[in-house]
Amino acid sequence: MVENTNNEKLINKGRRDFIKSSGYLMVGFNLFPIVSCVQGNQAETKNLNEEFPRPLDANQINAWLKIDEKGLVTVMTGKMELGQGIKTALQQIAAEELDVSMDNMRILIADTGITQDERYTAGSGSIEGSGGSIRNAAATARQLLLEMAAKKLEVNENQLSIKDGIVSDMNSTKTISYGALVQNQQIDGKTNEAVKKKDPAAYKIVGRPILREDIRNLVLGNEHFIHDLRLPEMVHARVLRPPVYKAKIKSIPETEVKSIPGVLSLIRDGNYIAVIADEEYAAVKALKVLKEKSVWEKHPLSLDDPNLKEAIFKSDEKEQVVDGEKQFAWASDAQFKTLEASYFRPYHMHGSIGPSCAIAMWKEDFLTIWSPSQGVYPLRRTVSDLLKIPEEKIRAIGVPGSGCYGHNGADDVSADAALLAIKFPGRPVRVQWMREDEHSWEPYGSAMGFTLKAQIDREKKVSFWQTKLWSDTHSTRPNGKAGHFIGARHLDQPFNFDAGGFSGGSYRNATPLYNFGGKQIISIPFVGPLRTSALRSLGAYANIFALESFMDELAYLAERDVVQFRLDQLEDPRARAVIEEVVEKSDFKSKSSNVGKGLAFSRYKKTAAYLAVVAEVKIDPVGKTFRCSKLTAVIDAGQVINSDGLKNQTEGGMIQSASWTLKEYVRFNAQGIKSTSWETYPIFRFEDVPKIEVLVLDRPQEKALGAGEAAQGPVAAAIANAIFDATKSRVRDLPITPDKIQWSR
Amino acid sequence: MPEIILEINGKEEKLDVDPKTPLLYALRGNLSLNAPKFGCGLGQCGTCMVLVNGSPQPSCLLTCESMSGKSIRTLEDLGNEEKMDPVQEAFFEKQAAQCGFCTNGMIICAKALLEQHSEPTTADITNALNRVLCRCGSHSRILDAVKYAVNLKRNQG
Ligand code: FES
Ligand code: FES
Repeated sequence: MVENTNNEKLINKGRRDFIKSSGYLMVGFNLFPIVSCVQGNQAETKNLNEEFPRPLDANQINAWLKIDEKGLVTVMTGKMELGQGIKTALQQIAAEELDVSMDNMRILIADTGITQDERYTAGSGSIEGSGGSIRNAAATARQLLLEMAAKKLEVNENQLSIKDGIVSDMNSTKTISYGALVQNQQIDGKTNEAVKKKDPAAYKIVGRPILREDIRNLVLGNEHFIHDLRLPEMVHARVLRPPVYKAKIKSIPETEVKSIPGVLSLIRDGNYIAVIADEEYAAVKALKVLKEKSVWEKHPLSLDDPNLKEAIFKSDEKEQVVDGEKQFAWASDAQFKTLEASYFRPYHMHGSIGPSCAIAMWKEDFLTIWSPSQGVYPLRRTVSDLLKIPEEKIRAIGVPGSGCYGHNGADDVSADAALLAIKFPGRPVRVQWMREDEHSWEPYGSAMGFTLKAQIDREKKVSFWQTKLWSDTHSTRPNGKAGHFIGARHLDQPFNFDAGGFSGGSYRNATPLYNFGGKQIISIPFVGPLRTSALRSLGAYANIFALESFMDELAYLAERDVVQFRLDQLEDPRARAVIEEVVEKSDFKSKSSNVGKGLAFSRYKKTAAYLAVVAEVKIDPVGKTFRCSKLTAVIDAGQVINSDGLKNQTEGGMIQSASWTLKEYVRFNAQGIKSTSWETYPIFRFEDVPKIEVLVLDRPQEKALGAGEAAQGPVAAAIANAIFDATKSRVRDLPITPDKIQWSR
Repeated sequence: MPEIILEINGKEEKLDVDPKTPLLYALRGNLSLNAPKFGCGLGQCGTCMVLVNGSPQPSCLLTCESMSGKSIRTLEDLGNEEKMDPVQEAFFEKQAAQCGFCTNGMIICAKALLEQHSEPTTADITNALNRVLCRCGSHSRILDAVKYAVNLKRNQG
């Protein structure tokens, strides 16, 4: 096991003349079919239907990578860059297998015209999924190139070596470059899964902390986001959302809106109202008038946030045993200790800093959508359902948005753009949401309730564990059903929303990894008042919060040390290693007054990265306040692709989770959502952020594991456990705020 | 529409806008600048930060008419690919971003701070950047980057 220390020097790929040297690649946008080459904003619109492109079969090498005559390699992935650094990591994988330097790598992301259907970029699966395919393609390509070189140089293949895309004969001075080998032809062939891949021990690029080039663009203020994409003739739209989910429109100030200079069109289709203008600010002004003067028939929500918790535990939907034993009986032996406790998580927001934005154009019978969606193919399928346009006539092109952390408004706004493009044909229509709409209409992470019960035997181990959890759905991604777009529900001919049954995301990580005598996990649906969908780690965040808080409660009941209590019931050596490492690294056992420390652990999804974290809180018993002062995590994500990228994502997950845990909940009442700005939905600011330390355990011989969501749950529980350590008060309702602590203890 | 003349990134720009237009829309819409971003339009998130006479201000709250006679600088003006500002360089070297939507606001606020203080404390930095929100949780790196920028600046003399 190699330790990846925190001060490993970051590696700069060197400045690339990316723009100059690339035929069809530009600044970071993949813009076709609009352009073959873009210079800033002077994109020339090209005829869209000539050669409407489509990707190659997935079993072809060229479906995943191309090499041009200069030896530049372009990787193609169906995954989306979400700020997680996937572009860099996937290029590293290809560069490693091909023996090409990172300076000669390029990448194209999610585009139904070019890349494979890799569904959603979610669940921390990109390295395992897309990374695996790209590794196969690259290794196969290398083999073919080697064979071609042997023929060209008239030497035996096994006396050739490759470095930086140059094949050399070890017995002479003969060399040939990849560029010269392929000339203008593509390496043709099928990927071969069985092809020999590099031994991870020999890796030179994978595992290194390569700098993300896209960050260079960001610090210079270059165009990067969907928000920055300016197409010729583009118009600006704003959509008027109802004041509450199911309100119906009665009247709108039509004449006044139309008289605003710059307004080109006022669109009304049932309860779906939008304005299109030639300049963005004109659309904003028009929307303001619409908001102020439209009259709605309200449709109150059935609940308000103070009564949410009670309502969840009252849900009488059907129980289902989703894991563990179907039947069992609690022991009646007096020597067994029994404990039961209930936990609660409110609705949480994705809260992207940049509001949702997309562009679409309907021209010559083709629809092109530029979208920050996590899944361009499912988006295309669903837009096809919405507009009844065949999929072949739609192209969805991924352009980075503001960090999304799951299913936020990205698909909804893409549907808005598509709907409006049809109603305003011939010109690109750009839609951006206002802050208030982003806060009110995004699908939240579901509120959840838990009742945990366990018995401890004479050996101070858990003999039986039962989890009952209540949750609304964690996945309402579009997936082909237009009713999942918020706009589609407001049309004159509305699409109905059908949550699609039971949501597996609810009980993600509900089952403890510990070896208990027996376990039973029961899931109970709760159909809540607010719109919900996938938020980073889905149900795992709150499941682990409850589970790892309860583990601490049980350790106290058993009068065992919280670390030992866990290790006693944990076999997996990698799980034990992250716990032992973090205990040492954080100096967990040292005590000081008014400082609390808490530990928590999980293996995300039972199959992804292992992570253990120690939270430190400083309390002020007089002022009755506290502050989370430090978070130390140890993560094992198997083979590390980009150690700095992995750390960056993990740190981010930790801070985000601490913010959810300590500050956040969606406020609402019968009139609608009350958290409509950062004032009514506060999140962490600099002053709130604890010190963060992340240690990566690199296991080059193991499979690379998804890591982007590993921190969410453990951080929450570690903070709760630290509060208990310092105050002897157990807070089981999120967010953990000073008023919930019993200071007298 | 009346014409407004503003000094933006060292140049006189004639803007054909409604004088009440927030500066942010003029920068992005009329001048095609990308760095200042719309995040909230309410002065709460800091993604739209620009330097007004050297002080960081949310451009979403400033009307164009109120800006005449002032000098406005955006991130674009701090440096370029060949020569980055030390703050930009530090953010890149320390990889102080994930999605990067907050990067503009963070760099603008850090830049203004370093113009005022050559040796800011951690508390000074926290204070200066507190107006800018980051949802990706890049804070600890951003803090590192600003400290690194202080070094870079010192070494550059
Ligand atoms: S957009 Fe100006 S502060 Fe948020
Ligand atoms: S890096 Fe995404 S908001 Fe800060």
